Amino acid sequence: MMALAAIVVDSLVYASWLFIVSIGLTLIFGVMNVLNVAHGSLYALGAYTAAWGVGMYVGGAPDAGFVLLAIMLVAAIVVGVLVGILIERGVLRWVYGRDEIVIVLATYAVFLVLEDVMKLIFGPESYIAFQPRFLFGTVSVAGIPYVGYDLLLVPLVALIGVGIWAAIHRTRPGKLLIAVIHDREIASALGINVARFFTVTFLCGAILGALGGALSAPLISVVPGIGVELIVLAFAVVVIGGLGSVEGAAIGALLVGLGRTAAVFFRPELELFVVFVVMTVVLAVRPEGLFGKPQTRRI
Amino acid sequence: MTALRNIRPTTAGIVLAAAALLGLWPLLPAWAAHTAAVSLGGGLVALGLMILIRFGLVSFGQGLFFAIGGYAAALANQFLGITDMLVLSVAGIAAAGMIAWALGYIVRGHRGIFFAMLNLAFSMILFGILAKTVALGSTDGFSVGVPTLLGVAPGPEAGRLTFVLFGFIVISSALVAWMVDRILASPVGYAGQGVRENELRLRYLGVSARGAVHLAYIMAAKLAALGGVFTVLLIGHVTPEDTAYWTKSGEFVFVAILGGAGNVAAPFIAQTVFELVRTFALQYVPEAWQMLLGITLLLVILFLPGGLWSLVDRLRGRDA
Repeated sequence: MMALAAIVVDSLVYASWLFIVSIGLTLIFGVMNVLNVAHGSLYALGAYTAAWGVGMYVGGAPDAGFVLLAIMLVAAIVVGVLVGILIERGVLRWVYGRDEIVIVLATYAVFLVLEDVMKLIFGPESYIAFQPRFLFGTVSVAGIPYVGYDLLLVPLVALIGVGIWAAIHRTRPGKLLIAVIHDREIASALGINVARFFTVTFLCGAILGALGGALSAPLISVVPGIGVELIVLAFAVVVIGGLGSVEGAAIGALLVGLGRTAAVFFRPELELFVVFVVMTVVLAVRPEGLFGKPQTRRI
Repeated sequence: MTALRNIRPTTAGIVLAAAALLGLWPLLPAWAAHTAAVSLGGGLVALGLMILIRFGLVSFGQGLFFAIGGYAAALANQFLGITDMLVLSVAGIAAAGMIAWALGYIVRGHRGIFFAMLNLAFSMILFGILAKTVALGSTDGFSVGVPTLLGVAPGPEAGRLTFVLFGFIVISSALVAWMVDRILASPVGYAGQGVRENELRLRYLGVSARGAVHLAYIMAAKLAALGGVFTVLLIGHVTPEDTAYWTKSGEFVFVAILGGAGNVAAPFIAQTVFELVRTFALQYVPEAWQMLLGITLLLVILFLPGGLWSLVDRLRGRDA
């Protein structure tokens, strides 16, 4: 019974983390058809900047409270906006209209560049920002103590997910965005500024990527290479749910979260690749993902 | 078009290049011979990717077959005691060929991003298995002995890269490149153009697009495996991280794009450039090596969509 409760809670926490680190990827793909490899860099940059900011602040004020969370949020927004604009205006707009796979390669190039930029800025040493993790104490669920920060990820991420869904389906810009998703040319003929929607979407996706990193900073030690590992994981999550689908990313995160937690509990040696087994099965059977729509074929 | 015009010059070029490498052996310093041999090994993988690119497909998991080739050779050496490089190469190619044949039934219906992602997933599964298998050395991998050829064993004082291994790699790479060139100029090769440009029309012509993709996938896998065998024999060690991890697959894609799909020589040229630049970059600007790769990739995508080989085509167009 306790094991079951532990698996459920662990899965939920891990799934929430997966959702927050991959939602930006699926959002950008859904609107722009850009599979953004540089999402991994945004995550890492967000984590580095947040860890650095928290470290700087804590150095001066030992009993810093919730300011730390604000620092993390600001770090994510600053990184997302700056790097997002740089990528979208500096690189992507020159390759719109080229083959999907060429665009993937362009973002892969950006990813490679940013990997070294991070090493130049932050150096090879690891950054640890554990302080925010202990702001909320520990909470006991079914007799097992959990770190409050981890548990709070679940409602926070649910809020973000619902917020994104509502922004797309319940607001005017959201409806216009759906028009852009369905047909760029008709949308632009109707007077919608498609280019601006692209830029704004990319910025939102970039901020979400950096936010994922910032929220992860207290959970991990921030070292070179975290973006490399994250991007394949995020790929798996969004591919399972269906590239470009917010609901799909949530389901993908839950599935992967459950699969990995079960693996950790029962067969730890399977942990590394259970994610990719699920990804393979979904891709093989339903390439458009569990929630994606099959594409119409154009002759 | 270019392929037709190129058949004979390409064959001549392959023979000349192989002869030059073999003839230069006594003059080449050890590092240059090593770089040349490693570039041929990596070039074979990129050559396989080039075939797929001709079909309009990019695989972000070619490390899968590179690893299968490398591990097949290393395992046959370690556990079966086979040292003959010819047998090890055949073992690697056979293993990859069978697995690609089976996986081909799954991937041949996929195109674009889904093809790339599915292969990425395959390679990451293999990475997970290799990294967790203690018998195979987990993440540390294991070493491979010095190979022999038809009973000829190198003397004890010889280094890992002997003339026998060097000659074997040069001659087999040349043979393979020639074969691929001929295949690309055959109906199967032209089916690739059909898949890339308009698959539906290709099917109206009575050609099985899926069958052609399946064939190309197996070819690419065998090339990657042979490249893996060569690399492992040259380096003497095999690890999951240097073979199956997605960053390695990314490197191969980089090389294939850098070279372009214009000619079978392109991947080898690009891989040589890659190895040379890496050697110098790691020595002088180690912290900017990936940045260099990224900027180069961006420049190629933006200004040289045909890769380095399109420079050769442009030059030749001006001469003619």
